Amino acid sequence: MDIISAALPILLKGLQVTLYIFVIAIILGFLIGLVVALLRLAPIKILNWIAKIYVDAIRGTPFIVQLFFIYFGVNSLHIVSLNSTTAGIITVAINAGAYFAEIIRAGIQSIDKGQTEAARSIGFTASQTMRYVVLPQAFRRMLPTITNQSIISLKDTSLLSVIGIADLTQQGQIQASATFEAFKIWLAVGVIYFIIIYLLTILANFIERRIQLR
Amino acid sequence: MSIITVKNLRKSFGKVEVLKDINAAVKEKEVVCVIGPSGSGKSTFLRCLNRLEEISGGEVVINGHDITDSKININKVRQEVGMVFQQFNLFPHKSVLENITMGPIKILGTEKAEAEKLAIELLGKVGLREKASSYPGELSGGQKQRVAIARALAMNPKIMLFDEPTSALDPEMVGDVLEVMKQLAKEGMTMVVVTHEMGFAREVGDRVIFMDGGYIVEENIPNELFSNPQHERTKAFLSKVL
Ligand SMILES: Nc1ncnc2c1ncn2[C@@H]1O[C@H](COP(=O)(O)OP(=O)(O)OP(=O)(O)O)[C@@H](O)[C@H]1O
Ligand SMILES: [Mg+2]
Repeated sequence: MDIISAALPILLKGLQVTLYIFVIAIILGFLIGLVVALLRLAPIKILNWIAKIYVDAIRGTPFIVQLFFIYFGVNSLHIVSLNSTTAGIITVAINAGAYFAEIIRAGIQSIDKGQTEAARSIGFTASQTMRYVVLPQAFRRMLPTITNQSIISLKDTSLLSVIGIADLTQQGQIQASATFEAFKIWLAVGVIYFIIIYLLTILANFIERRIQLR
Repeated sequence: MSIITVKNLRKSFGKVEVLKDINAAVKEKEVVCVIGPSGSGKSTFLRCLNRLEEISGGEVVINGHDITDSKININKVRQEVGMVFQQFNLFPHKSVLENITMGPIKILGTEKAEAEKLAIELLGKVGLREKASSYPGELSGGQKQRVAIARALAMNPKIMLFDEPTSALDPEMVGDVLEVMKQLAKEGMTMVVVTHEMGFAREVGDRVIFMDGGYIVEENIPNELFSNPQHERTKAFLSKVL
């Protein structure tokens, strides 16, 4: 128990880094997903293609390769210099963005065409229709899948430890080798991830219930 | 002066021509009913009047606006043309009141309080004042359709288009909706109504248009068209529905 209580403050510092990266990346990822979904559905072929290539490229490659590409690959061009945290945030955001794009596209397409027609017949523009009528309904439907993807992205952040980000996993590694108590430390790390994801699920359920259609 | 003028209107879906040279005019305050067999192009015709369907050819002039002109702001024209759908298409995530106030607030820039006052008035008119805070999911079909009518009226349109507004309703609900439409006609609203309700067409319509195969086959005042149809196809159709 002493081992854990000694390591816990350090693990929690790692957790802070994990959550910091996760929150920023997931918000960015969501915005990317929204934009890409709209491009995917736009009545302009070339935009559809760009969006589709992006989504397919991300879905068709491992997260760790994307991470190395951004951190080592892009940095090796010496055009920009990304520190590990920035590279980590960008990778998680870009990765989640592709999956969010597909979720949001499917959500938008699941809304009955009559909703759009009714809004347009009143005089709403295409973008007002999207904003006031289609997206609010689509988000209600998408919420469970969005939660799912967010949890996957949270877990993906643990891979950022390989580029030296001092996240929860990285701190676990350091503590495990410093204390020679790998079993207890990794169990503790696992429990912390589990609790965070559990809280995330509760939050999502709460929101879902709040916005549920009557 | 006609408030709706349609000249040589054509509409194709891909290679299939669904409307073939439609010519029609509707005068202000006139109630025109459109009847015809399924697939004859009634809905497509109606939906061309507010350009919910892109028009393939010809001319459609609505209250002085040539809506086939690609430079026209169609959203502005649509504010003058209310539409009521067979499937109601209320916004399920908004209360009845919000369904009605949304257009005035977001499009016309009406103050919220004023928009709500108007909405309550309109709800009173369709007999649903007590449902203001309900959600569409809590209403019967007939109630939904009356809310949909109120929602369209909230934009203070010059013209109302109805596409089989009672076809999705249980028979006992039809009367309430038709009653609201009759009242509207009485108040001088210009209306184009696609309908299978021959009784309504006869009683409320100033004119009836019979469509078949993408053409307007025949049009006349209701009594003439129903009791003295000129074309074989009209006779055949009427003998089935009357
Ligand atoms: N979006 C579309 N794409 C392809 N074909 C269509 C489309 N909408 C309608 N059609 C076709 O156009 C023809 C006319 O359809 P429309 O809905 O206007 O008929 P209608 O007279 O309203 O029939 P109903 O009484 O069944 O509502 C039909 O053959 C239909 O299959
Ligand atoms: Mg129809």
